Amino acid sequence: MDFLLDAETTPHKLVLMVVAIALFVVVMGAILFAVDKPKRVPNWLLVLGFIGPPLLIMAFGLVYPALRTLFNSFFNADGSQFVGVDNYTAIFSSEGLQVVLRNTVLWVVLVPLLATFFGLVYAYLVDRTRFENFAKMLVFLPMAISGVAAGLIWRFVYEYRPDQEGINQIGLLNQLLVWLGLEPRQFLLDQPTNTFFIIVVMVWINAGFAMTVLSASIKAIPDDITEAARLDGVSGIGMFRYVTVPSIRPALVVVLTTVAISTLKVFDIIYTMTGSQYGTSVIATEFYSQTFRQFNDGLGAALAVLLFVLVIPIIAYNVRQLRLSEEIR
Amino acid sequence: MTSTTPTVVGPQTAQVDAPVATTESWRQRRKRQKAEAAAERLSSPVASTIAVLIAILWSIPTLGLLVTSFRTVDDINSSGWWTALSNPLFSQYNYVEALFGGGGLADNFVNSVVITLPAVLIPITLALLAAYAFAWIPFKGRNILFVAVFALQIVPLQVTLVPLLTIYGDLGIAGSFWTVWLSHSIFALPLAIFLLHNFMKDVPPSLVEAARMDGAGHVTIFFKVLLPLLTPAIAAFGVFQFLWVWNDLLVALTFASNDASPMTAAVADLVGTRGSAWYLLSAGAFLTMIVPLAVFLGLQRFFVRGLLAGSVKG
Repeated sequence: MDFLLDAETTPHKLVLMVVAIALFVVVMGAILFAVDKPKRVPNWLLVLGFIGPPLLIMAFGLVYPALRTLFNSFFNADGSQFVGVDNYTAIFSSEGLQVVLRNTVLWVVLVPLLATFFGLVYAYLVDRTRFENFAKMLVFLPMAISGVAAGLIWRFVYEYRPDQEGINQIGLLNQLLVWLGLEPRQFLLDQPTNTFFIIVVMVWINAGFAMTVLSASIKAIPDDITEAARLDGVSGIGMFRYVTVPSIRPALVVVLTTVAISTLKVFDIIYTMTGSQYGTSVIATEFYSQTFRQFNDGLGAALAVLLFVLVIPIIAYNVRQLRLSEEIR
Repeated sequence: MTSTTPTVVGPQTAQVDAPVATTESWRQRRKRQKAEAAAERLSSPVASTIAVLIAILWSIPTLGLLVTSFRTVDDINSSGWWTALSNPLFSQYNYVEALFGGGGLADNFVNSVVITLPAVLIPITLALLAAYAFAWIPFKGRNILFVAVFALQIVPLQVTLVPLLTIYGDLGIAGSFWTVWLSHSIFALPLAIFLLHNFMKDVPPSLVEAARMDGAGHVTIFFKVLLPLLTPAIAAFGVFQFLWVWNDLLVALTFASNDASPMTAAVADLVGTRGSAWYLLSAGAFLTMIVPLAVFLGLQRFFVRGLLAGSVKG
């Protein structure tokens, strides 16, 4: 029965999957069966049966590890010596890590703004047109694919060939440069602009999300508002600026903050495109390099905690805005 | 906060594509306005140019890699993919090679499937039970516990990885599928409980009361009354969790050993070792995309619904 821990062949893996699901079903079934006697089972046992397993798993997998990481962030690379806040000072003072912080700021500011901008403009332009569904799907599609695939798609757009006789560019962007009579360039290697070219990928992915949410809330704008504005002579860009945007403000906040949070944790795109080298690292990728490549657990933990701390205000703002908009309604 | 959905667009209003017409006159008015608005938009050449431009910008990169994945190795390296459009010569060699040859992705494809199914089923089931208790069984400290679960959504994965790795090592299960399943379930639970709870709260209490009057126990109410009503919500979260697990890289790199590593990790590995072998990379990228794209195109309705209910995480 070794394969239960160490499945290597395809049949073993599939059997293991079925075993796992069956095991899970049996355990959950047993719990449900035990609590399905409303007269005899006390309330607390019932509640325990329903919320006990998930609470236990979350305590084990989220609460304890988070506290443990916080603890580890005050220790040195191999966890043998208490170093106080040295790891945190290192993040803010070492030169390499300052690039990481600068990149993180660029990502968290640019990605939400650009993705929301493109998503909003596009949602507004294709709203109620004949090709609306198809047009939306084109922009929405990148949402469904992995960061690895997205990274590869754009790596190919940026692909560089040295500018020599008899060598054709195979990356679209460099070919465009050549057609324009310019030198091809190494988009992903040249610092510091390479960060911007990777940011493009995250914008490309998230615009579809922004578009979908914003499109739904554009459609929810009551017709009498648009009609009243039209009677007042508002049209075109004025309609967009003075009617559409203010009406969907709460949705804009949700989109901006949601994209900002996912951007803070971005990992797979940068990992695929540059391996987080050439000055393109952000906090989330730097955490990975420090922990699993340089085995500096203390610094890695501090970076993870910093990520945690940065997420909190964005979520707090989101919740506050939601409360406000609830009150208005 | 506890009784609201996280976005302004609640689950009830989420069916954007199918607005419910209440009266005939309303529908007619709506139709007329639609036609007017469409005429107005399309008549503006600048607006439609911008829209078309954005659509092209968003589609061309994927199209380029897709075309490349069907070209021969020599063609890929000697000319741009756009030349293939006028002089097409396509083969499936790259896909065979990526799956069974130099890429060896067939094994990883199996791994992705083996990882994803339990990692979707387990958290949804657990979350449904917990959400039911939070919504319909009164007990002491219920609100505080629920807020605590809600708050756990803000814990980023990164904070938990190293301690979990240590624990898995101590338990002797490191690198196996079990750790990957468990990890994905852990990370999905707070959001799943929160969302499903919100959907459950939307079920009219009278339905639950009536069932209770008839002598139904909690398990009966859960399966007979609530589950059928919740199917769309479960599908919405299910699609989301599916895509999230299938597309994940960080959890896979951290917890899955070589024998268990999914497609995303294998392709990312190919980038490291064969960074310029575009015949492999392009085919590999599309192999990782086939299943999520199929799920996406087939279940788009639920996916959008999940988005609008705020089921998004990074």
